Amino acid sequence: MRAVDAIVECLKAEGVDTVFGLPGGANLPTYDALYDGGLRHVLCRHEAGAGHAAEGYAKASGRVGVALATSGPGATNLVTPIADAMLDSVPTVFITGQVRSDLIGTDGFQEADTTGITLPVVKHSILIQDPRDIPKAISEAFHIASTGRPGPVLIDVPQDLSRADIDYEPVDSVSLPGYQPTLEGNAKQIKLAAKALANARRPVIYAGGGVVNANASKELTELCLSDRFPVTCTVMGLGAFPAPHDQWLGMLGMHGTRSANYAMDEADLICAIGARFDDRITGKLSEFAPRAKFIHIDVDPAEISKNVPAHIPIVGDAKRILTKLVREYRALGAERSRLDGWWERIAGWREKHPLGYEDSEDSEIKPQYMIEAMYEATGGEAIVTSDVGQHQMWCAQYYDFPEPRRWINSGGLGTMGFGLPSAMGAQVACPDQTVVCLAGDGSLQMNIQELATCVTENIPVKIFLMNNFYLGMVRQWQELFWDRRYSGVDMGRVPDWVKLAEAYGASGMRATDKGELVDVMKTALTTDGPVLVDVQVTKEENCYPMIPAGKAARDMVG
Amino acid sequence: MGEDIAPGAVLDLDELRLPASRHTGRRHILSILVENKPGVLARIAGLFSRRGFNIDTLAVGPTDDGRISRITLTVDGARHPIDQVTKQLHKLVNVLKIRDLEPSETAARELALFKLAAEGEARGQILQFAEIFRGNVIDVSKRSLTVEVTGTDDKIEAFEELVRPYGLIEMVRTGEIAVARGRSTT
Repeated sequence: MRAVDAIVECLKAEGVDTVFGLPGGANLPTYDALYDGGLRHVLCRHEAGAGHAAEGYAKASGRVGVALATSGPGATNLVTPIADAMLDSVPTVFITGQVRSDLIGTDGFQEADTTGITLPVVKHSILIQDPRDIPKAISEAFHIASTGRPGPVLIDVPQDLSRADIDYEPVDSVSLPGYQPTLEGNAKQIKLAAKALANARRPVIYAGGGVVNANASKELTELCLSDRFPVTCTVMGLGAFPAPHDQWLGMLGMHGTRSANYAMDEADLICAIGARFDDRITGKLSEFAPRAKFIHIDVDPAEISKNVPAHIPIVGDAKRILTKLVREYRALGAERSRLDGWWERIAGWREKHPLGYEDSEDSEIKPQYMIEAMYEATGGEAIVTSDVGQHQMWCAQYYDFPEPRRWINSGGLGTMGFGLPSAMGAQVACPDQTVVCLAGDGSLQMNIQELATCVTENIPVKIFLMNNFYLGMVRQWQELFWDRRYSGVDMGRVPDWVKLAEAYGASGMRATDKGELVDVMKTALTTDGPVLVDVQVTKEENCYPMIPAGKAARDMVG
Repeated sequence: MGEDIAPGAVLDLDELRLPASRHTGRRHILSILVENKPGVLARIAGLFSRRGFNIDTLAVGPTDDGRISRITLTVDGARHPIDQVTKQLHKLVNVLKIRDLEPSETAARELALFKLAAEGEARGQILQFAEIFRGNVIDVSKRSLTVEVTGTDDKIEAFEELVRPYGLIEMVRTGEIAVARGRSTT
């Protein structure tokens, strides 16, 4: 069998039903195998779109997302999604074509050192040197991408090797002596953590995307509810604990709620689960949670004590550890009333500093209102993907996610242009669910070409564009910290988004009046096929509250 | 850490202690076994530069198993949290084993070649130093001597200091390699 046919067989053996990609010279053989190979291929209009679509597919379903690209520019266009998948730990496999093996190193046409370029941003990569290694490489790639701390794995296949004939036999086991993720948490440490929680008077549970990746949100919720533990999530963890809820403090960090950030600031014990103390969470490190001791649960040992030293580190799979931790904690029979004082304190913050904004007195659509309208129109039930910027933060603040894998965004790398292609991938993975892409007018143009993919592949995503005609977050920083010198942020009034949507063969709608917004959104949601709704919002609105960069929780503004 | 906590539910959070400082302040010799696959060295070197760690010396060579190579590298533990370095290295799929060698339980050696301007009286002096340091003269010309010295990095630096005034033309060092003392494997 040709090696490329083996690639298709291997993908099917791994449970892949859909791949996203774009053909070119060096991966022509792969595309020949895809012609009647029995996999759905979604032809994207740019490799970055294909890569983010694979991410959206993976984040929505928990399965490995796959993207294909040709050599050279095809592969370099994948670098952003690969880096994005690395920082947000998204299980993905990227298969790139490479020039013929005798051309490697000669600066051949469309040659780029793909494994070299991507080396710093992959969990692992494999350059095929013998076509007989391909089935094993694919099997290893899926294993590495989806286990331990998930991440992107790249396989680079020289064109001549992909055409070679090999004896294909399914690979039934993977042997990687240098890759043995720790899954079971240390029992003694788990007991110690339970005791620490039982003795804490001002505890906070701080959960991140690792809980979603580990499919551990049920266990997280059980832990929180096994006492009255206040809980907050990072932007990657939203949905891991069902919001809204009495014990839910909202998101923490730079644009988190005051109650979440103040609780972290005053906590005596912080239990971090699948979170990595990113600078957007800690702010000024030396003033972060100065009174707290830390339990840190993570599957990646290198995250433990990387930024904040952990008193009780527990390495392993969050689902397994939380199951045991809940059992240990319940056995201790901790006195629930010890948290009364803590909850009074939190209630005080909630009352004094609720999340809120000043609504317009006329028909103007405030961006925060747009998120509330979106919540109403979707009944809080949609899968929402987001681009990066103010709209992303407002959505994280104002849309309550009741379940994990409903909120798909680029948290670590902060990739503008992520929203539309990831919505496409999420919709392919979950055809029966409503998928909404909350876009910014800056971000959307970075991958707008994928609207063509949505139309031709019949992927009915609904794009709600928060249009303020600015690169809004940058403008906000310029307003607050750069003396209102608005440099390079004015997007003008182009394009005409409704016409653009129609030009692509999608439906275009516009909303400029808050009185009609919910209805327009509902109409969009019930319209067949992809829809783009241009929602024109207040031009200069700031996203608050905010911890200015490098400041501490106590320095929150707005 | 778990051991010193008394049984029962009572635990004063103040009893929780952090692990020892991550900056050890000393030089570390890391002995790393890796799969002999293309790009492994680039992965390790890339990891160091990406995470802002400096490699002081690096030596790579085969082991008795053709599928496995050994990388010996030294890192300054005063500048870098050594546990972060080793934990990040462990995440590389092709890295099989890392040992942070304890100086007192390690035999470490480095080889250095010194090319010296050795004319007239200096020649005799240099030969004498070489003998004291158990060095070998491996090349000689009318105007130069090349001396091979093996030893710990201290010894090599001491030799360098001694001969430098006589005209050190150039010096080439391999970087340290090391092996655990006693019967246990490195």
